[in-house]
Amino acid sequence: MSKEKLRLGTAGHFEEKEVEVAAGDPVPWDPSTKFSILGKRTPRLDATAKTTGRARYSIDQRLPGMLYGKILRSPHPAAIVKTVDLAAARKMAGVKAALPIVKDGEKVRFAGQGIAAIAADTPERAIDALSAIRVEYEPVPFVVDPEKARAETAPLVFETKVETKTSAGDMPGARKPLPRKGNVQGPRLSDKGNVEEGFKQADAVVEGTYATQVQTHSALETHGFVAKWEGDELTVWASTQGIFSVRDELAQTLEIPAAKVHVITEYMGGGFGAKFGAGVEGVTAAKLAKEAGAPVKLFLDRKEEHLAVGNRPSSIQWIKAGATKDGKLTALQLIVHGNGGTNGGTGTSGPLKNIYACDNVKTEEYDVFTNAGPSAAMRAPGHPQGSFALEATMDELAAKIGMDPLEFRLKNDPSQVRQEEFRLGADRIAWKNRDARRAVTSHPELRRGVGMGAAVWYNTGGTGPKATVTIHRDGSAEVVQGVQDLGTGSRTMVGIVAAEELGLPLEKVSVRIGDTRMPYGPGSGGSTTTPSSAPSIRAAAWQAKQKMAEVLGRAWGVEASTIEFPSGLVAVKGDTSKKLSWKEACGKLPEEGVSATAARAENHGDAWKRFTSGAQFAEVEVDMETGIVRVVKVVAVHDCGLVVNALTTESQVQGGVIQGISYALYENRILDGGTGRMVNPNVEQYKIVGSKDVPEIEVHLLSVWDGVNNTHSVGIGEPATVPTAGAIANAVSHAIGARIHRLPITPESVLEAIDRAGKGGRA
Amino acid sequence: MSDDSFDEKPGFTRRDLMRGALVGAVAAGVGGKVAAAPSAALGPAPVPLELIINGKRHALTVEPRVLLADALRERLGLTGTKVVCGRGACGACTVLVDGQTQCSCLLLAAEVAGKSITTIEGVAADGRLSPIQEAFIQADALQCGFCTSGMVMSCKALLDRHPRPSRTQIAEAVAGNLCRCGTYPHVFDAVERAAGIRTAEGRKWESEGYAESRVPSPDRRDARGDPSRTPALRSDERIDAALGDLAELEEA
Repeated sequence: MSKEKLRLGTAGHFEEKEVEVAAGDPVPWDPSTKFSILGKRTPRLDATAKTTGRARYSIDQRLPGMLYGKILRSPHPAAIVKTVDLAAARKMAGVKAALPIVKDGEKVRFAGQGIAAIAADTPERAIDALSAIRVEYEPVPFVVDPEKARAETAPLVFETKVETKTSAGDMPGARKPLPRKGNVQGPRLSDKGNVEEGFKQADAVVEGTYATQVQTHSALETHGFVAKWEGDELTVWASTQGIFSVRDELAQTLEIPAAKVHVITEYMGGGFGAKFGAGVEGVTAAKLAKEAGAPVKLFLDRKEEHLAVGNRPSSIQWIKAGATKDGKLTALQLIVHGNGGTNGGTGTSGPLKNIYACDNVKTEEYDVFTNAGPSAAMRAPGHPQGSFALEATMDELAAKIGMDPLEFRLKNDPSQVRQEEFRLGADRIAWKNRDARRAVTSHPELRRGVGMGAAVWYNTGGTGPKATVTIHRDGSAEVVQGVQDLGTGSRTMVGIVAAEELGLPLEKVSVRIGDTRMPYGPGSGGSTTTPSSAPSIRAAAWQAKQKMAEVLGRAWGVEASTIEFPSGLVAVKGDTSKKLSWKEACGKLPEEGVSATAARAENHGDAWKRFTSGAQFAEVEVDMETGIVRVVKVVAVHDCGLVVNALTTESQVQGGVIQGISYALYENRILDGGTGRMVNPNVEQYKIVGSKDVPEIEVHLLSVWDGVNNTHSVGIGEPATVPTAGAIANAVSHAIGARIHRLPITPESVLEAIDRAGKGGRA
Repeated sequence: MSDDSFDEKPGFTRRDLMRGALVGAVAAGVGGKVAAAPSAALGPAPVPLELIINGKRHALTVEPRVLLADALRERLGLTGTKVVCGRGACGACTVLVDGQTQCSCLLLAAEVAGKSITTIEGVAADGRLSPIQEAFIQADALQCGFCTSGMVMSCKALLDRHPRPSRTQIAEAVAGNLCRCGTYPHVFDAVERAAGIRTAEGRKWESEGYAESRVPSPDRRDARGDPSRTPALRSDERIDAALGDLAELEEA
């Protein structure tokens, strides 16, 4: 441990802070550091493999004798499975294994739940064999509508205790025992100050009910696994955000030692929160492979992906807020019912509790269970939902006290960083004359509107990850960590951090990731990958350099601590006679080179610590005759500590905005109340933003030296998508002069709101 | 595709194929007793086919119902072509058949026997990246990369037809290619680079008004000379002015 004085903060607002730096960990970079590669625009390391089709994803694995697994799924939203008869299926051509997933007499709780599985020698024959499985169901009453599920007379999703088969990364809410009445579980409470008093102090109070839909993750590579046994050792190629959590879940479920499970994820086709565990499909793939005595590939199809492996819960939020006439928030209150099917549905209160300063805040969150596929963590769980309702409320309250919505937010935002982000974004979207732009003179049927929203996120990463850096005698270097790259650019991030610390060009650094036989890497979720991984990479590179200094120090007869690594060189401080190029210096290393494995140090708790913030502004155009909304422009201003790679970070922010647009305007899992089945389990009726829906997107990133870890790195995945839907909804409301209370904002709902406003009611 | 063009190829018709499939269904229904199929019909048993992929002839024996996408991926190991929706709605499985973009999940392998098929593996001729691939890499027109093969195929087909496409034409060309990561802006960027409409950093969307994303380099210094004061943005006077105002506000 050493105490180090650091300059921390953001542009123009630096302050000196003393933090304790762990032994073996490098001191966080000073703002004056001149970086050679960190923060620049660097094409991702696997871009060539991905643009040539050479990148081998888990779904692309082909092994000798490999079979194809398929899962038969329940057509009923609720039923007792009386019997599962696999005899006929086993006799089908090419079938090598068959097994039940549910026990006779077990209840299935959503349409799409796995019943039994088959492995056959071709994908086509596996599908054939499913039709030969005989299942006797006894359908029982079900409920898929979350509002109906709250009624006392509603069929119970769980008769006794909540029995959701959770997998790693599921919504954490469902695990804590909470009171449950019928299908409603909760509340999860938070209470600060006294909201009743707060409302009394208010000059204006608004309240409203806001609803959001179920969104499915819809990663392009579906959930799936290729499983292969060699004796009692299991190797699995997984499409996962957490190779180690998959390993542990497989070991636990199959009751084999974790040491005998090997998980590989070389390339990964997106996750967005739903892919941390082995799940039913991983365990089933392993069991089928065991039974067949051959490797099995089991990947879901698009329909299964929508039905069974996670979603963002819907919400119904009642929200009430009060403020004084000079614009100070006095009370915020939220009661939310979140519906995650057979899993938890909450987490919605985050924005309300953590964005604007308010002394009196009360939230009550309830899970509502329905006979629908279980939720899973999805990109900023709870937050796009919560942000939508909160930001609408902020606009409503600003209107009621006659204050500009931007000014109102600035008055209540305690975050210095976000204050800057708001101002910058407002300038870029030309907030000041937004009212003047509402009418589109050339097209009288069109109205333009501008709206805004704020982001908040929390995670700063943490301990666990280890990395090994080896410097070879020829001057090249290798960095190894069992982290996986979902498409966020983690592989490149690992390389950049190592290259920066070693002073090498990126092409001299080989990066190996995605394998549980490597040093432990973080799971990729909650925007924690970079802040968990990068500090361990830097520490390992730094320690490898120290070892190199020791070798050279002995050769030169000087203290290792006097050896420096200026760009491309190794030199002794104050002695110009002792200087070698990096390559020459590496030549002095022993045959095995030097190698260091470092663990990620604890966060510096006393650093310039803060939430991650962000602000987004959206300009929309609404056709008042058809109700069609077109997003014209989004300005996204974010901070994520010190950016490792500006190019891939920009991609990720654009992606967060685009997913937010998709959530605001299009995506909606629709269940039929009569059959309990999803009516749009595809990508043409489950509408996701396409190229022609994409507006102009401006991305701005503020650099923040927060000192929490040695690289000041912070994730961006979640915050980039938190405020988009709220900003768009506010822009639509600004355009049409009526409040939007429900996502997605469809032409129908826009026309309805216009109609409502026309009848005199402020919506 | 018309029946005529279909009939030109190796001596069977779509009607034969369907008849073959029907026979298969009937055969399964009567306990495996296989009825004699009409002589011209294919299947249900595997049949030999020759596919011409990226200029190479591949012989394979598959059931006539096997899709081109599955033949490429699961039989020939050409896994660059991805399957996402399995019903022609997402473009991930896009290949070129006689120069036209087609969803390989909607084609039977037997249907395209003898035609010229180009997959993503064939775009980099002689191991050299094509300009569109190079542009995808430089513009970061990919994140998870699962839509990338299809995107590249659609963009290549566009550039083959329109060497200098407008932004509207680009958006139109990839309108059938779904990207869940939301990489479209960089895809537009890549196509313009490949077409020579823009160069590395000169991001201009003149007629379209597409603005540049601004991401700072942490080592960028502002004009005030304080090395610790990093402006949020690339040099842009309006923004610097905005920050100047901010600083004054904070001081006030």
